[in-house]
Amino acid sequence: MPISTLKIKFANIAVRTAATPDSPVTPLVIETQHATKGYDLDVTVPVERVVDAARIMDETAFMLEAISGVDWIAEQQVEVVYDYTTVISGARVVVRTRVPRMTPELPTISDIYPGANWHEREAHDFFGIVFTGHPELIPLLLPEDADFHPLRKDFGA
Amino acid sequence: MSIEAQTLHRETFILNLGPQHPATHGVLRIKLTLDGEYIENAEPVIGYGHRMHEKMGENRTYAKFLPNTARMDYVAAMFNTHGYVCAIERLAGITVPERADFIRVITAELNRVASHLLWVGAFLIDLGGFTPLLYTFDDREQILDLLEAVTGARLTFCYYRFGGVCNDIDDDFIAGTRKFVARLRSRMAMYHALITKNVIFRRRCENIGPISAEICRKYGATGPVIRGSGVAYDVRKAEPYSIYPRLDFNVPVYDQGDCMARYLVRMDEIVESLRIVEQALERLPSGPIMAEKVPRILKPPKGDCYFNVESARGSFGVRVISDGTDKAYRLKLRSPCFSNLSIFQECSRGMLLADALALLGTLDLVIPDIDR
Repeated sequence: MPISTLKIKFANIAVRTAATPDSPVTPLVIETQHATKGYDLDVTVPVERVVDAARIMDETAFMLEAISGVDWIAEQQVEVVYDYTTVISGARVVVRTRVPRMTPELPTISDIYPGANWHEREAHDFFGIVFTGHPELIPLLLPEDADFHPLRKDFGA
Repeated sequence: MSIEAQTLHRETFILNLGPQHPATHGVLRIKLTLDGEYIENAEPVIGYGHRMHEKMGENRTYAKFLPNTARMDYVAAMFNTHGYVCAIERLAGITVPERADFIRVITAELNRVASHLLWVGAFLIDLGGFTPLLYTFDDREQILDLLEAVTGARLTFCYYRFGGVCNDIDDDFIAGTRKFVARLRSRMAMYHALITKNVIFRRRCENIGPISAEICRKYGATGPVIRGSGVAYDVRKAEPYSIYPRLDFNVPVYDQGDCMARYLVRMDEIVESLRIVEQALERLPSGPIMAEKVPRILKPPKGDCYFNVESARGSFGVRVISDGTDKAYRLKLRSPCFSNLSIFQECSRGMLLADALALLGTLDLVIPDIDR
């Protein structure tokens, strides 16, 4: 699947923003240089669209490589990053979304990619992100009674 | 007892495998629900070796994190360091001198051979054959000696630096490596006679633990696991980095998806890695081994980037987010073993326990790499 086709598919579900108040509103689907960024397409979607994004990736035979979080404490947001790659061309797609830091909730994609099960549990361990609909969101790497989230920026270490 | 009565009394029981079982190679625990010898459910329980490397990446400078990279996948430590330094170099815009790139590839491929040799020996022990380990460790020992002479370490190499490598290779290393390549190549026939042609080994591996290409895709399993399922996916070819595009090597692929296929992929990869080492030695340019003007305290510009390398176990990825300071804002480490193990629960269902251990063996797990 060429990147240009994927770009059109994602344009329908991506977040729309304007660079300045006067400029036209465009979807946040950015083609990037693999040589400098390590990925080919950078897509930002609203929280409720991560499942649709996963579906697009699944239909185009992409592989789920990782799900990770980033704590943007200054903005009081947690970013969730999905890394997809394809075994066919080696192209890489990054799907991002942001959730409020106090209530980090978004739907699971483990029913589309069963491999997401562990990645989501890991993100729950480290950031306290709640993936609704996840079959068993219990600690994976942390102790079973862990009630802390070490990768949050306000966790002292 | 009548057949009816037998079915009435059929019940399952739960058995713990590990965290200190010899077949789990480290602290992996598997909660097994067994029906006799058959697995109803096998749930890996991980995290016993969890050290939160990603947090350590955030609270120390970029250079100070270098030793950590060698302590995740300690059997093939070069690759993790390679992925990490390449990610930082990409973000900071550092160009590595040609000679350093060649040295990186030579040492990394030697490490891949050492890792695969260790795997063959350990895998055969899982299956109950002790002898091959003595042969593979004999060969692996030679690689460790060679690498020790240039890196100063036998296992937890911390050899690559931002912008190059910390120590140049000398004539002794080059001559020794050439000698080793010839030696191991001549011994491959012996390995195939000893292991591949062994009828007990074949019975334990052929048609055992089939993994489909689709399962690999859905779970993100990479490396020899996906190549044993008929998919020619190798990061060195898919997203060429370093000097790999300039070298001539094949990506071994087997379609069967069983334990035998994964074994054969690794055996062929040893031969391909030897070819890479040989070519790189032949074309090794002279020149500096470190880029000029790499600041002592590295402060990459704001932004993020991703870098993937083909480790001995699959695709190892590093995502770095920099906020412009001397420490990473976020460092995500994508370990191949984590994804490779995640397929085990689905693939082992209905298998005999002894066969499932063969399947577990062919996933080539390094537990600290899973737990990070």
